[in-house]
Amino acid sequence: MSQFAFTELEIQRAVLTIGVAAVCSVSCALLGCFLLLKRMSMLGDAIGHGVLPGIAVAFILTGQLTSLATLLGAMVFGVLTALLAESLASSNVIAEDSSLGVVYTSLFAIGVVLVSALRYVDLDLNCVLMGQLVLVPRNTIDGFAILGVEIPVAFPTMLLTLVLTLAFLTVFWKELKLVAFDPNLAQSMGYSPKLVNYLLIALIAGTTVSAFEAVGLILVLAVLIVPGASAHMLTDRLAPMLIWSAVFAVSASILGYFTATRGRYALDISGMIAVVLGVQFALVVLFAPRHGLIAKWWRNLLLSVRIAEEEILATLFRAEEAGVVVYSLALKDHGLSSWVIGYAHRKLIKRGLLTTNEAELPTLTETGRHTARNLVRSHRLWESYAGAVLDVPADHVHAIAARIEHYIGPELQDELATTLDQPPNDPHGKSIPPK
Amino acid sequence: MQSSLSSAVTTKAPKLASRISILDVHDVTVAYHRKPVLWDVDLTLTEPCLLGIIGPNGAGKSTLIKAILGLVPLVSGSVQVFGQSVASQRKSIGYVPQRESVDWDFPVSVLDVVLMGTYGSLGWFQRPGATEKAWARQCLDMVGLSDFADRQIGQLSGGQQQRTFLARALAQQADVYFMDEPFAGVDAATEQAIIVLLRKLREQGKTVLVVHHDLRTAPIYFDQVAMLNVRLVAAGPTASTFTDENLHKTYGGRLAILDRLSQAVESQTRTR
Repeated sequence: MSQFAFTELEIQRAVLTIGVAAVCSVSCALLGCFLLLKRMSMLGDAIGHGVLPGIAVAFILTGQLTSLATLLGAMVFGVLTALLAESLASSNVIAEDSSLGVVYTSLFAIGVVLVSALRYVDLDLNCVLMGQLVLVPRNTIDGFAILGVEIPVAFPTMLLTLVLTLAFLTVFWKELKLVAFDPNLAQSMGYSPKLVNYLLIALIAGTTVSAFEAVGLILVLAVLIVPGASAHMLTDRLAPMLIWSAVFAVSASILGYFTATRGRYALDISGMIAVVLGVQFALVVLFAPRHGLIAKWWRNLLLSVRIAEEEILATLFRAEEAGVVVYSLALKDHGLSSWVIGYAHRKLIKRGLLTTNEAELPTLTETGRHTARNLVRSHRLWESYAGAVLDVPADHVHAIAARIEHYIGPELQDELATTLDQPPNDPHGKSIPPK
Repeated sequence: MQSSLSSAVTTKAPKLASRISILDVHDVTVAYHRKPVLWDVDLTLTEPCLLGIIGPNGAGKSTLIKAILGLVPLVSGSVQVFGQSVASQRKSIGYVPQRESVDWDFPVSVLDVVLMGTYGSLGWFQRPGATEKAWARQCLDMVGLSDFADRQIGQLSGGQQQRTFLARALAQQADVYFMDEPFAGVDAATEQAIIVLLRKLREQGKTVLVVHHDLRTAPIYFDQVAMLNVRLVAAGPTASTFTDENLHKTYGGRLAILDRLSQAVESQTRTR
């Protein structure tokens, strides 16, 4: 039991660390949704790296690593990264993605060199990449406490960026939506897609840099894109997508913290949060109710069962029509597995459309015959339509009709019949059964 | 709230009465990476009309629309709408971009997209309210998509997507419409529905410019045509302009001298 008991200090530490991680993850996730929707995911990577010289320059100019100076430095360099990449691409010298790749790696390298030159700066490259979430509760603001809890240094800047992010999203909601969906229309209406884009980029740069020291670059890059990608799998609306992305960001912060700290080994918290984000995404890809893989597989299965049912009914109807006996329902040439056909067969019997006669052979019931007649009617109407209206030769129409008959509803069937003036026979001379 | 298209026209009618040309494209040249795609184009419209912009692939049809709307920079020339700069006339301009220019997986509903048509009259920071939403629903009704208002846009067929864009343009309550291939990838029934709508706009005194590909339907649909192949070959009433001679000039190979010139420009930029 002792493993699950928390001391007061541990609880305090957990709350502070999770708080910092969650606050910066939420801002990143919300802003990242727009990168994702604008198909500019790689720009998040570029900004995350490109801001590094901004931090160094801010230090050279102001002589200190205050949060406001680094914030501004990062915003300037974030926008600069995007501007440089854009102008390089539009000069038609190299392709767009290569220009982004060249610009941000170069800027990052300059940042690394600058930081290494400033040896006396308390800026550890390792810490920039991995973050130091473990140290968050220990590195507090001197002589400042709320309810007896000392507030970590990282917290105020991060809260500021979250507030800025929420304000930006609220004020520019309409503009963000329009520019992300249809920048051409936005510009034709007099909204500047560039202005909105660069505001977004500046804010992402600011959020990124304020999150660096605490959670590290790797988590920042993950949390910009992954929660939004998971959220888009779950919803078809913009506002719910943003809310879901925040939910994923917060829950990953909590889960990541505990899996990292409560196990036998103390693991890197930022790394673990990023892993949880990845696991969340994998689960959503599998289990999302509409867009998930399993849901898609299930819908395909239901469709092939329905097709198998209809094929069985139509085969039996045609056999009755021709006066032949059907011994096997293998239906090999339709690409349906024997398992699906067997299941469809049992389902038809259960629904009372199919029965077995005295010779133990499958036969249609009265309702089954009615359904089957309707199917064959659709098939032959389509064959006639393809032959008469679309000029498909008679020996080609059957294969198309065999596929398309499963999708012709009653309305379309009526329309086909009216268009063709209620034809008695199909192109092969077989009679089209009445409704 | 202007509840119908006709009332929208009457409020802006004085502009037409004062005999200012609706659209004046003067000496417009546009180039992408130094290669000219539009050269010295002049086009003036004084009367409301339904104008088809036709020409082969790469003739600069979409670019002409984008140049007029200020979406691509002009190398030279100027554009005026109702005798004033385009920037000052944005509220009387409606735009239907090519359907492929947007991401149809975007998480918005059909109604959301139509509502975007009202954004132009709202201005920065103003949110659409109940009046705008009701108007958007009305526009959706005009294109026969009321039942699809709450669908995600990716669930629509190509024709329905095009009609959504058209409803969005109606929501703009513009006087001049620019439509980039509104008939691309739509079924015959939708094409009919769209042309009926465009004619209705025309009857209400609006001007509609349509980039069009199908030469068979062009003379039936439009009362004016502009035949474009980098240069403007001809423009005017369909009956006198859509002639075999002009068609041959437009489609019978690019103008030879232009071709040679753009090749020269290309080879020079490459060696540089």
